[in-house]
Amino acid sequence: MRSLFAVFQKELADQLGSRRFFIFLLMVGFGGLLASYMATQAIRSGMLQSPSQSFVFLQMFLLSEGVLPPFTSFVSFFAPMLGLILTFDAINREKTSGTLSRLLSQPITRDAVINGKFLAALVTIAVMLLSILILVIGLGLRILGVPPSFEEVLRIIAYFGVTLIYIGFWMSLAMLFSILSRRVATSALAVIAIWIFFAFFMTIISGAIADRVAPLKDDVRTNTEEEVLRNVRTQDMIGRISPLQLYNEASTTVLHPGVRTLGPVSYSQVAELIPSPLSLRQSLVLVWPHITSLIAMTLVSFAISYVVFMRQEIRSL
Amino acid sequence: MALAIETQDLTKTYGSFVAVDKLSLSVEEGEVFGFLGPNGAGKTTTILMLLGLTQATSGSARVHDYNALHDFMKLRSITGYLPENVGLYDDLTAEENLLYTARLNGLGREKARERIAWALARVGLAEVAQKVVGKFSRGMRQRLGIADVLIKQPRIVFLDEPTAGLDPEGVNQLLNNITSLNREEGITVFVSSHMLHQVQKICHRVGILSRGRMVALGAVGELSRQAFGQDNMIIEIEVRGEDERLRDSLKQVKGVRSLEKEGPLLVLDCEADVRAEVARATLESGCSVLEIRSRALGLEELYHQYFHEE
Repeated sequence: MRSLFAVFQKELADQLGSRRFFIFLLMVGFGGLLASYMATQAIRSGMLQSPSQSFVFLQMFLLSEGVLPPFTSFVSFFAPMLGLILTFDAINREKTSGTLSRLLSQPITRDAVINGKFLAALVTIAVMLLSILILVIGLGLRILGVPPSFEEVLRIIAYFGVTLIYIGFWMSLAMLFSILSRRVATSALAVIAIWIFFAFFMTIISGAIADRVAPLKDDVRTNTEEEVLRNVRTQDMIGRISPLQLYNEASTTVLHPGVRTLGPVSYSQVAELIPSPLSLRQSLVLVWPHITSLIAMTLVSFAISYVVFMRQEIRSL
Repeated sequence: MALAIETQDLTKTYGSFVAVDKLSLSVEEGEVFGFLGPNGAGKTTTILMLLGLTQATSGSARVHDYNALHDFMKLRSITGYLPENVGLYDDLTAEENLLYTARLNGLGREKARERIAWALARVGLAEVAQKVVGKFSRGMRQRLGIADVLIKQPRIVFLDEPTAGLDPEGVNQLLNNITSLNREEGITVFVSSHMLHQVQKICHRVGILSRGRMVALGAVGELSRQAFGQDNMIIEIEVRGEDERLRDSLKQVKGVRSLEKEGPLLVLDCEADVRAEVARATLESGCSVLEIRSRALGLEELYHQYFHEE
């Protein structure tokens, strides 16, 4: 515990003082502020039509006026980068500079090294994200002139939590690759490759598999409702292997009370539905599997990291 | 004397390659032990095993009271390790680098500060405590590495090729630091090197490792006697007024087998220690002795013998 804290303390100081932290803070901060500023302009010009009109404040994070993506997509795009940038060289840089063998010859367990570094990176991101959220909230107060309701605040906090878990997943993945590969560039590229795979190819793959498992006829009108549902559900299930999809669904549901269902529903199911917003509790229930899946993925990548790192021989080069 | 290190048939294999082959070794407490051998002989691997940084394939090892293959945490709080290329955080100052080590060893703020000042003074780096390590010369880095090792006040330190890449001045400074550590702090020193001539003068005993096997072990003088027999000695003498007559009379001295001239020196291959007789013979021939000594020989040759086999 003591040594974990020593590692944490040193790494946190390194991260907060690093150039990359500063650059990303500026980038994400500026982009986020701009996106939500555009959203406030849209709100003022009366673009609200959703049933959740009462949640004006949250619209600032969700709404896009057309040119810029909304705040949430902005964050979901940058989240993997943020996770990656702080930990992709955590272990292998210390290996190449020879500091790792000095570090490990101290009375310290190897998992304390991983944990300390991970925690420091996570706290760094938390600080960054929190300060950006607070800035945006401040901007909203100033321009919209409406204070957020208690539930809105809770939803923003939940959104913060979900985002942190998601970034944590990418961090643990980057940490794993920094243990697996000797070179810093390789570990960075490996994580980027995984991200690109999920971001661009996953939908194609899940679509292809769904068409095979639950085929649709070429003439769309001849498909029964059941067949279509089966196809779309299969596609969704496979798509949810992707952490990107999990996060996108979870973050919008948590932030947007108007999201009542994830995935397809038939007309008959929504026919008599009253379009009222969900309570936060209900929203959380809806995405609870998503959140646990993200945490589970993080834990798996941690477990592999531990096992590999424990057995590694550390030599100074 | 208690043993600081004791290994029994310590073995490490990588696939079919045997890096360390049934090494049995003991080092006494308070000793400076030289672990010599060419590159790739298994010196570093042995040190890593003794510190629990790599797993031994078989055999056993104890360092002080701890099983080196299991009690890593306790072991690492009494052992210091200076790797071959000492890794320091280049963007931190000397003091900050040591502070991290102090924290990892659980020292409180006051105690850490005290210990850091002491360690830096010990290796002569007190003035550059606030300087960023990235700008340090190799010798300074190496000495800072020694200071780092001292922070936890170890009972034994492992130095892996500490003199590699240093200029002669740096080597001397470092060796002096090591000797004073051993004398004044009573720390056992285990130093690995392939630079025999640099290390042999500070070591009480040396072991020569070749392809994972210990091929010779003992004090430097003892080893050369082992290698070339008791009745073998080379005497170097420098005289003023040397002439043919002197050379003849020296050859007459009992025990001198042959005589050669090497620069200003006369080198005598003798059967025993006949320095006194040689000196007397020189004086009786009317020459004055400027210097006379026995050449610590054998080890170098012994060492080369194993090197050439590589």
